[in-house]
Amino acid sequence: MPIFKEKDYLRVDLDREPDESLWMKCKSCGELVFKRRVRENNNICPSCGEYFFLTSVERIGLLVDEGSFEDIAEPITADDPLGFADRKPYLERIAEAQAKTGLRDAILIGRAAIAGIPVVIGVMDFRFIGGSMGSVVGEQICRAIEAAIAGRRPFVLVSSSGGARLQEGLFSLLQMAKTVAVRARMAEEGLPFISVMTYPTSGGVQASIASLGDVVIAERGALIGFAGRRVIENAMSQELPSDFQSDAFAFEHGAIDRVVGREGMRDELASLLRFFVETG
Amino acid sequence: MSDERTLDLLEAKIEELRHLDAADGIDLSKEIERLEAKLEELRQELYANLSDWERVKLARHPKRPYALDYIDAVFTDFYELHGDRLDGDDRALLTGLARLDGRTVVVVGQQKGRSTEENKERFFGMPRPQGYRKAQRAMRLAERFGFPVVALIDTPGAYPGLESEEHNIGGAIAESLLTMAGLRVPIVAVVIGEGGSGGALAIGLADRVLMLENAVYTVISPESAAVILWKDKERMKEAAEALSLTADRLRDLGLIDGVIPEPLGGAHKDFDRTASALKEDLARRLAELANLEPKRLVEERYRRYREVGRYRDASHEGE
Repeated sequence: MPIFKEKDYLRVDLDREPDESLWMKCKSCGELVFKRRVRENNNICPSCGEYFFLTSVERIGLLVDEGSFEDIAEPITADDPLGFADRKPYLERIAEAQAKTGLRDAILIGRAAIAGIPVVIGVMDFRFIGGSMGSVVGEQICRAIEAAIAGRRPFVLVSSSGGARLQEGLFSLLQMAKTVAVRARMAEEGLPFISVMTYPTSGGVQASIASLGDVVIAERGALIGFAGRRVIENAMSQELPSDFQSDAFAFEHGAIDRVVGREGMRDELASLLRFFVETG
Repeated sequence: MSDERTLDLLEAKIEELRHLDAADGIDLSKEIERLEAKLEELRQELYANLSDWERVKLARHPKRPYALDYIDAVFTDFYELHGDRLDGDDRALLTGLARLDGRTVVVVGQQKGRSTEENKERFFGMPRPQGYRKAQRAMRLAERFGFPVVALIDTPGAYPGLESEEHNIGGAIAESLLTMAGLRVPIVAVVIGEGGSGGALAIGLADRVLMLENAVYTVISPESAAVILWKDKERMKEAAEALSLTADRLRDLGLIDGVIPEPLGGAHKDFDRTASALKEDLARRLAELANLEPKRLVEERYRRYREVGRYRDASHEGE
């Protein structure tokens, strides 16, 4: 594993914890639960089954064979081509996200094995500016796909992203075209691309690379869609069903192949990959 | 643009005087000349230094020429093709066969409505999944017959609604991009008005990308950016500046290939001139691409998009 600081990132109310170091309160059911038990339970509430966020590092630990992950990320970091500043200059935002997460940007890519099957895997990290795709994320996805082609390995992408990174303007929008162009190339190589959508897979990421898996699997509890619920409600003053853009909604409307629980994802990927690759 | 009304009034006044001049035999030519000079001066003042936000408003101007206007002026014999062969015909996205200087092309383009009624039909130029699937159908047809594709981009964005999501609008955009990435015929895209986010890019993955001078192309509307990034919906002017969405800026950033000039005040002030400038540029770009082998064409398009992005080397930075 690369050198990343282990961090807690649980969707919990830390302020009202009786003992911050040991207990946490589940936002969904309100139960006080042992943090360690939550962690051992793949960041799923042992009381009600609510899924908490996984960091990219935790996600990799969950999905790939122990010790098999080899970081292949290019050593690149965000530039600021537009000189963008909203309430904060963009590069300051980047530095803060880097300090908070220990990551260079919103994705990790590497070679790994899933139940002994060699793959290239990319895992997005929602903590890093909402997992947004700017030039760095776009480039790393492309290099991951190229590494998959070079090594004749399947590619697995786990998305967790609000969409394009607004602070890089049209550069970000065009990462949609860029990742798709490289994906098109992979399609000529006879190598499978498995897209795993988690909470959330939306905007420009859902409308490009994430939707183009040979097989698309959603993690239970995923949010899948293009335009945000609030955008639609504001723009169209339209009432939306309560399960709008949920995993069940996407499945019902044919946008994904399957919905899989977090605890079963690794086995699911292994079984699926075995259809595509010969294993000894 | 409140001053624009002043210009319109002055223009109407001049027109009125011309009529009088002709009808009553009174010589008003001096007066007309004086007012015309004044009009030109005001026009310069108003339009020569547009802010980015003013340009956004110009790109959305109700009199701005739309895709069908250009289709009529630039091409001959437009033959519209309807329906995605799955479940509908989206009227916000047009597809069809046409001739450019006698040569068959396939045109795809977003189409806004002029009237409330027409906008109801055309969803204000916001395509639904059926539109993007129809576009793919048209592009595949172009590929089968070796016709180049011309995309005219003018949309606030893909239609944001329940129905769109039920039909997987994100997936439809992604598939459209995938189709364009591998298409074995030339593609030229022109942003003629609003290039709104993924719904615009969905027909914009091309060998050459052009913009009209007052068109805008952006990852998000300035209004939405103001809400999301500034947490203040009134700050869209700042957002418009920050997003670098104008044609000149995007050309300087190397993200588009060319800017097609518009008359002062916008394309609608002299439509014929704008249309002929567009036609000329379009024909030139298509000619550049016409002799490339399909394989080379797709390869060059691939390189173009593989290269896009700006980042810094961080190999010297510690973890």
